[in-house]
Amino acid sequence: MLNQYETVFILTPVLSDEQMKEAVKKYQDFLIGKGAEIVHEESWGMRKLAYPIQKKSTGFYHLIEFRSEGNLISDLEITFKRDERVLRFLTVKLDKHAVAYNDKKRAKNNAEVVKEVAQ
Amino acid sequence: MAQQNSEIKYLTPIAVDVKKKKYCRFKKSGIKFIDFKDADFLLKFVNEQGKILPRRITGTSTKYQKKVAQAIKRARHLSLMPYVADLLK
Repeated sequence: MLNQYETVFILTPVLSDEQMKEAVKKYQDFLIGKGAEIVHEESWGMRKLAYPIQKKSTGFYHLIEFRSEGNLISDLEITFKRDERVLRFLTVKLDKHAVAYNDKKRAKNNAEVVKEVAQ
Repeated sequence: MAQQNSEIKYLTPIAVDVKKKKYCRFKKSGIKFIDFKDADFLLKFVNEQGKILPRRITGTSTKYQKKVAQAIKRARHLSLMPYVADLLK
C-alpha cells in the first residue's frame, strides 16, 4: 500500500550553499532510488531556531513530500541519524485530511504565482 | 412607604455577566487538519510560557484538542516553537 509522507529536516548552518544542495540532493536521490515518488518539495531557507540545537541558533529547513511504501521510512530515518549535517528531522504520515490540506495550499500558492506573472 | 422601597432603581444598569458560550473553532469553521508547520497559528493555543492551553479555556472539542496538542509537540521538536519560553506574547 502506498502512503503519503512528509519529512522535514534541519541542516546545520555551517555548510556552504554547494554542500547544502548536495545534502538535499542526497536525500532526493535516496528516496527516488528506493522507488518513492516525490510529490512536492519546499526549501524554507535559513531560519532562526526557537531554541539552540547543538549550540546552533539557525538552521536550514527543507521539506519533502513523497508517496511510497512504508518500509523505506526506517531506512530513511537511519540515514538521517547517521548524517552529522542533519540537526533534526521529522517524518509524518499524512492522512486524507492532511493530503487535502496540502493540495489546497499548493493550489492557492500556484494561483498566486500565476496572478503575479499575469500582472 | 413600603411600596416605594420595594423597587430599587439604578441610574446605570448593573453589569450582569452574560457568559458567552465557548465553541470549538475547528468544528465551527470546518477545519479538518491542523498543520504543525504553521507556528503562528499554533501560538493561539499556548500561554506566555509556551504551555498548551487547556480545553476549558480555549473551548476546543476533545477531538481537535488532541490534534492541536500533537501539532504543537511536533512544532516544538522541529524548533518552530519553544518548549519553554518567557514572554512569548
